[in-house]
Amino acid sequence: MNRIDLKFKQLKENNQKALVTFLSAGDPSLDVTRETILEMERCGASVVEIGVPFSDPIAEGPVIQRANVRALKGGVNLDKIMDMVEGLREETDIPLVYLMYFNSILSYGIDRFFKRCKEVGIDGVIIPDLPYEESDEIYEYTEKYEVYQISMVAPTSTKERMKNITDKAKGFLYCVSSLGVTGIRKEFKTNFNSMFDTLNSLSDIPKCIGFGISTPDNIRSLKPYADGLIVGSAFVKRIEEGKTDEDKIKSVGELTKELYDALCE
Amino acid sequence: MSKGRFGNYGGQYAPETLMKVLDEIDREYNIAKEDPEFKKELEFYLNEYAGRPSLLYYAEKMTKDLGGPKIYLKREDLNHTGSHKINNVLGQALLAKRMGKKRIIAETGAGQHGVAAATAAALFGLECEVFMGITDMERQSLNVFRMNLLGATVTGVESGTGTLKDACNEAMRAWAARADDTFYVLGSVMGPHPFPTIVRDFQSVISREIKEQILKKEGRLPSAVVACVGGGSNAMGAFYNFIEDKEVRLIGAEAAGDGVDTERHAATITKGTEGVLHGMKSLFLQDENGGIMPVYSISAGLDYPGIGPEHAHLAKTKRAEYYPITDKEAVDAFCYLTKTEGIIPAIESSHAVAQAIKVAKDMTKDDIMVICISGRGDKDVYSIAKYMGVEINE
Repeated sequence: MNRIDLKFKQLKENNQKALVTFLSAGDPSLDVTRETILEMERCGASVVEIGVPFSDPIAEGPVIQRANVRALKGGVNLDKIMDMVEGLREETDIPLVYLMYFNSILSYGIDRFFKRCKEVGIDGVIIPDLPYEESDEIYEYTEKYEVYQISMVAPTSTKERMKNITDKAKGFLYCVSSLGVTGIRKEFKTNFNSMFDTLNSLSDIPKCIGFGISTPDNIRSLKPYADGLIVGSAFVKRIEEGKTDEDKIKSVGELTKELYDALCE
Repeated sequence: MSKGRFGNYGGQYAPETLMKVLDEIDREYNIAKEDPEFKKELEFYLNEYAGRPSLLYYAEKMTKDLGGPKIYLKREDLNHTGSHKINNVLGQALLAKRMGKKRIIAETGAGQHGVAAATAAALFGLECEVFMGITDMERQSLNVFRMNLLGATVTGVESGTGTLKDACNEAMRAWAARADDTFYVLGSVMGPHPFPTIVRDFQSVISREIKEQILKKEGRLPSAVVACVGGGSNAMGAFYNFIEDKEVRLIGAEAAGDGVDTERHAATITKGTEGVLHGMKSLFLQDENGGIMPVYSISAGLDYPGIGPEHAHLAKTKRAEYYPITDKEAVDAFCYLTKTEGIIPAIESSHAVAQAIKVAKDMTKDDIMVICISGRGDKDVYSIAKYMGVEINE
C-alpha cells in the first residue's frame, strides 16, 4: 500500500487530520533538509513535501522563489536529492512527495525519474504546471512505478474540471485555497463551503488545503473543511530567518508543533 | 494529447488556477474570429489607427549592391508604435473588451510589446500593468517612460536575470492572482494554448499582405521570406500564409550574441533542447538539470531562452530554416540598411537583414527575397553608439 494511502487511513481511523509540511530541498543544504524533515515528523507532520528547486517556479511567491535561488546556488540537483531521500528512508516511513516543475522531470527523463522515485521511496509528485490535460504524458510511468501524481484543484476549477480531476486523483487532492501563488495571506475569500460540497459529492479521496496557510488561526478556520492542511512558505521563512542550522531546524520544529496543536484542538 | 499542439510542441502546461480562463479565451476567440463584427472592428483599427497595410518596399539600392535577388522590405517599422507588436495587441485588446475585462497585463523585453499594450489600453480605456525585468528597464528607460506617459504602470521584476523570461514568470503569477478581471495580453507566439495560435493569427496579416503585394508587383511568390526570431511573432506572421507554398523558403534569424560557441547567446533553435516553460513544450536553452539558462543578445527583444512551439515544429519538420546571427553581424546590418536605403531598422530586425545578406549570395537575379523589418531602430541608436564606442548624450 502506498504510504500516503496508509497514512490517511490511519488518520481517519483515529479521527485526525493531516498536517502536510513543505520545505525546499537543499536550502541551505541537503543535510539540513534531511534533519528538518525528521524534526517535522517528530513535531507532528503527517506528510512532507520536498520542493525540488527550479530556475523558474511560476506557481511560487517570493519566499519560495528565494529558497529556490539559494538551493540552486548551493549546487543541489535531482540526483543529490534522490540520494538524500534514499538515506532518509532508513530512518522514517513518513509519506514523502516532491513538489516540482515538469521541466525537471523531462530533463531527468520521465521513465528514469519515476523508477528512481520508487527506488528511493518517494510516494507522490505534485507538478503545478502539469494539469490533468497534460498528465497522460506521465500516466504510464506513475502506474508502472506506483508513484502517485497528486492532483490539484483551484477555486477557479469548474465542476466539470473538478470531476475530471477527482476521477483520476490518487493519494490526496491538493485544494488550492485562493487565487495567485504560494505565500502568506491575510485572508481567504474563497467560498469553501461550496467548493467542498462539490468536491465531496464527487469523490471520497482525502482533501488537503494549501496556499497561504501559515498560522494556528489559519489552521483553526480551515480545518473543518478538509482532511488535511498544507503549510509551505511559513516554514521556508523560518529556514530563511534562522541564524544557524540548529536555529533553523529548531524553529521549524516549533512552528510544526504549534500548527499540529491547533489541528488537534 | 492536449489542445494546441504543433507536432509534439505546444500544449497547456499551466497551473490549474489558470486553466479555466485559458479555456474561456480559447472558446471566445474561436467565436470572435468567425464573427463579421469582430473582424470588421479589428480591420478598422488596423487600417485607421495602426496604419495598415504596411508597405512592401522594393530596396533597389540594396538589390543592386548585393547583385543577387530582388529585395523587398516589409515595413512593419512604419506601423503606429513602431513595430509589428501593435497587430497582436489590437486583436487581443478587442478580445479582452469582448470578454468584459477591464484590465490588461503584459510582459515586455525591449519594451516594444509593452508600449503597444499600453497604447491599446489608452485607446480602449483599459487599465494596464506591464511587467519588465529590471535589467531591461535600465537598457530601455525611454520605453519605460513612454509606457508611463500612456498611463500604464510598469512593474520591475527583480527575480532571475531581470529580463524577458522573468517578466513572463511574473506576468503569469500576477494573472493567476487576478484572472477574473484581467486579460493577459501575451506578446509573442508562445505561452500555453491558445496564445501561440491567437498571436500567430493576429500577426498573420503580415504574410497575407506580403502575398497580395508581391503578386501585384511581381506576379509571383517570393523565393524566400526572412525574419528575426526571439519568441517568434513577427516571423510566424511573415511565414504563416506561405507555409503551404513549398517553393517559398522560410528563413529565421536568431540571436547568437557573442557567438553560439560562447556562453553569451540566445540561439534557441541552434543550441536548445526540448523542455517545458511558460506553459508550452518547445525548445529551450537549459543546463543538464533542466534549469533555464541566462541568455544574452544585444537585442532585448530577442533575449529569450525559448521559442514559440510552432517554430520548433517548423524547424523539426524542416519547413523553415533558422540561423544564428551575432551581435556584430546585426550591428553591421543595422548600419548597412541605414546607409544604403535610409531606413533605420530595429536591432532585432537587423538580425533578419544580416541573414538575408548571407542568403542573397546563393541566389540569382531571378529570385525575390522579402525581409520583414519588424520594427524601427530609433530606440536602439543609443546602444548601437555604445557598442561602437561612440559617446553621445542621451
